[in-house]
Amino acid sequence: MAERHEVVFVDGVRTPFGRAGEKGMYWNTRADDLIVKAIVGLLERNPDVPKDRIDEVAIAATTQQGDQGLTLGRTAALLAGLPKSVPGFAIDRMCAGAMTSVTTLASGIAFGAYDLALAGGVEHMGRHPMGFGADPNPRFLSEKLVSGEALNMGSTAERIHDRFPELTKERSDRYALASQQKAAAGYENGKLQPDLIPVSIRSESGWGLATRDEALRPETTLEGLAGLKTPFRPHGRVTAGNASGLNDGATISLLASEATAKELGLTAKMKLVSFAFAGVEPEIMGIGPVPSTEKALKKAGLSITDIGLFELNEAFAVQVLSLLDHFGIADDDPRVNQWGGAIAMGHPLASSGVRLMIQLAAQFKERPDVRYGLTAMCVGLGQGGSVIWENPYFDGKKKK
Amino acid sequence: MTNVVEQNRFAELIAASDDEVVTHSFVRDVPISAGRTLALVTLDNGRDHTRPTTLGPVTLVEFAATLDTLKERAGRGEIAGVAVTGKPFFLAAGADLSKVGSITSRAVGKQMAELGHYALGKLSNLGVPSFVFINGLALGGGLEIGLNADYRTIDRNTPGVALPEVFLGIIPGWGGTWLLPNLIGIENALKVVIENPLKNNRMLTGQEAFTLGIADAIFDSVSFLEHSIAWADGVIAGTTKVKRANAPGKIERAVKWDIAIGVATKMLENRIGRVAKSPYKALELLKAAKNTDRAAGFAAEDEALAELISGDQFEASIYAFNLVQKRTKRPAGAPDKKLAKPVTQVGVIGAGLMASQFALLFVRRLKVPVIITDLDQTRVDKGVAYIHTEIDALLEKKRISPDESNRLKALVTGTVDKADFAECDWVIEAVFEELGVKQDVFADVEQYLSETAVLATNTSSLSVEQIGAKLKHPERLVGFHFFNPVAVMPLVEVVNTPQTDDATLSTAMVTAAKLFKNAVITTDTPGFVVNRILAKVLGEAMNAVDTGTPFETVEESTKPFGLPMTPFELLELVGLTVGAHVLDTHHAAFPDRFFESANLHKLAELGHIFERDSHGKVTGIDKKARAIVAGGTTPMTAEELRTRIEDGLADEVHRMLESNVVEAAEDIDLCLILGAGYPFQMGGVTPYLDRVGASERVFHDTFHHPILRGVQ
Repeated sequence: MAERHEVVFVDGVRTPFGRAGEKGMYWNTRADDLIVKAIVGLLERNPDVPKDRIDEVAIAATTQQGDQGLTLGRTAALLAGLPKSVPGFAIDRMCAGAMTSVTTLASGIAFGAYDLALAGGVEHMGRHPMGFGADPNPRFLSEKLVSGEALNMGSTAERIHDRFPELTKERSDRYALASQQKAAAGYENGKLQPDLIPVSIRSESGWGLATRDEALRPETTLEGLAGLKTPFRPHGRVTAGNASGLNDGATISLLASEATAKELGLTAKMKLVSFAFAGVEPEIMGIGPVPSTEKALKKAGLSITDIGLFELNEAFAVQVLSLLDHFGIADDDPRVNQWGGAIAMGHPLASSGVRLMIQLAAQFKERPDVRYGLTAMCVGLGQGGSVIWENPYFDGKKKK
Repeated sequence: MTNVVEQNRFAELIAASDDEVVTHSFVRDVPISAGRTLALVTLDNGRDHTRPTTLGPVTLVEFAATLDTLKERAGRGEIAGVAVTGKPFFLAAGADLSKVGSITSRAVGKQMAELGHYALGKLSNLGVPSFVFINGLALGGGLEIGLNADYRTIDRNTPGVALPEVFLGIIPGWGGTWLLPNLIGIENALKVVIENPLKNNRMLTGQEAFTLGIADAIFDSVSFLEHSIAWADGVIAGTTKVKRANAPGKIERAVKWDIAIGVATKMLENRIGRVAKSPYKALELLKAAKNTDRAAGFAAEDEALAELISGDQFEASIYAFNLVQKRTKRPAGAPDKKLAKPVTQVGVIGAGLMASQFALLFVRRLKVPVIITDLDQTRVDKGVAYIHTEIDALLEKKRISPDESNRLKALVTGTVDKADFAECDWVIEAVFEELGVKQDVFADVEQYLSETAVLATNTSSLSVEQIGAKLKHPERLVGFHFFNPVAVMPLVEVVNTPQTDDATLSTAMVTAAKLFKNAVITTDTPGFVVNRILAKVLGEAMNAVDTGTPFETVEESTKPFGLPMTPFELLELVGLTVGAHVLDTHHAAFPDRFFESANLHKLAELGHIFERDSHGKVTGIDKKARAIVAGGTTPMTAEELRTRIEDGLADEVHRMLESNVVEAAEDIDLCLILGAGYPFQMGGVTPYLDRVGASERVFHDTFHHPILRGVQ
């Protein structure tokens, strides 16, 4: 019988996130190269990790074709120079791809199947627009299993505004503005850069180097946000300003059993407490993190008040607000997304889950007064995912 | 605006370069640590990987102007360093050969040298550190971009780093001969500048270049540029110190340098003689680099390059290079490749050494079943065993994997029953060189073969058409003449008889390419191309000694050709018996133009011409050999004989072209370069015959119009 183990998050890094499309910085960069460069960067800053001890590589992507096809975990491992003995596979849960890579491999570690594992995700939405080449079963519509609007994420966000009239456009815009400002401050204070792996980028006018997220808009104003079009409905509430954009990027994390981390002298940045995924109506997928968080808290035997730091994926401002309202947390609660979120940095679908973890881990180190943190996100087709982490730096003292 | 004035110096060059595929210098700023900026220059010609970036006059002027701007920015404190890299897979593949071939005067040639120094030299004078990130192929001037910079990094998977100039009859004249020895030491520099180019233009891998000290740091391809930028950042910040273990020290300059040059000169003289100018010019420059400064070194390069670039040998070398690079890819007279029949099983008739070498080559390259046959089981077993031993040797040298070794061995079988050839769609014979034997062997095997199987003969001296005289389907027979050693020599003469049909000819051409051989189509005439030319030279050489000219005088006579060996060395290499046979067959075919030599048969009985020491080194002519040929009464001077040989060759080549043995003079030259090792500086043979006047003397015209010679 394999022995059951505690799971730790040893380290995580990501590429800077680019703006998708022809004008984006990664237009000439392959998706697999993005994840490979992230893996190389992660292993380089953890030189004590014996590469041949890595038992699995799981890489998520939503659109698994072309340079995101061919069972990415395996191809990325080979391209990153890992020994051929290291296996790998691809994973898909749309936006929660990387999060699912982590929970899947963590489960394997907990079961004793793996000692060390690499979990991450990549999405090049420029090369692989969302839903491109998808072929939804006609039964979805003919049997009214889901409405046509369920496949349009912007429309599902509008639906949240419908369901919770108190979630106004103004609250969404204000939340979005704060995200931009917090991200700008995060960069200003050097909080985000340490976990970014620079990526060389080719353009028709020569090579350059991506060193920061491309889509940041620190100059955003409330007035500017108020004037934006609502592309999903006439006189709607969801705009390009209070939603995450279309982005390219990759994230990767190193997970280990607590025992292996100790054996190899690796410092754990976070310890896994519990995780859960939950389904909701696809038409209003943005509220998914509410039930998944309830479920994860329950499994952990914790309540929402035990959570000291939140990293919530900002697919849409309204969708984050729906969770905050549900748990009675203020829109501007300082525990939430301290250094900004996807509205500012971008949301390359299947890679975002690990970005949340990277930022939570960095905050844990600064906050020994916090014991637990939550990473959570909504998922297309009506799901939510939540992972609760414990801070190894927790010292039991209240913050002064 | 000083650079506009300066660039006027190069106006003539630039005017001649209006159709240049320009490699642009794109600049992007890259943030590095402590708020500093590195200006990253990308060399990119905007074409895909099939058109490497090259350096022509317009390119160099743009590069120079770009560096001028960066120098100004450095002066203003905007940038802390400058780095240069290339588009994917290429730093730069060197000077644009289509441009240097059209140099119209020595003065313009000198401008080309000076422009390179002018542009590349700016990398050493920017006011901030300069870096070149060698991300891919870096040849000639491409590598010299790197050498002119302060620091270099290299991609571990770079396929080729080289200074091939000497191979082409010039010298690395944009800093290479001065900068390289002062960077990596004289012995390493000799290897890169002289030794490798003469080893059939061998190139260094990224790892080898790093080990020699050409680059200061090496990184894996996966994040090469990211790592190079980070490394440059460290150098600029002062946290990374660069050590150069191979840089020459005082002792090397005082003692080793001249000795190394001396050793290299001797080796060069032994290997290729004194005819080729460029290696000796390079040696001269490398020697002087010991104690001259950069400016003096570059000035010497300007002079040397101007001289060579406007000379005959460079013109002939570029011609030869283009034949080898381009004409081999589109063989003259080849039928449509689509007509070729698939070759899925190969039969080899004969199990001797030559046949076994064929079988090995076919199984390695085509990876299809290969069956060998011979008169009896013992010979067949011996042949199969030989092939298996050779495969084992490849395995031992790690040229193939154990799986591949198993695969290849399993594909090779032997039989004494020709009925086992039924499935073969390509059958090649390498049996005794006798018409009757070959005719019978083919007629015998044909009864077992399918209607569409192709038959190939490796005959070197018989008529292919006559070999097929007893075939029911002579249209499926083609000559397929390899050169020894089969695995090494790149040429196959594909002999097209009047009966050979297009499908057969196409199959032969496509098969040759799959064997990694270059094929030239010839008609079914005695000696085809290479042996006919060699027989001409060797016949003249033997006739000269037969009529009283000393061996030494004969050897002297062909020295100005710069051939890889003298006629008698060549005779010993191919074997005196074989040589005598070649002369006999050519004499029989063309009795009025080709000599036979009874003395050569006697020398063959003696077994050698030269006297050798215990290491096999020639010490002189064997006394018994001298005795055998003694008695001639009409000796020639070396000069008289050389003129005879030149005229004889001009006549023979002219006749071959008149009777369409091959499509063009280019094909004769290609055959001689690939099949007989004739040097680039001769351009094969026809450019040489034109420029020494032999063509005019013999047929009052030239092979090339205009003739291929320098502008001096």
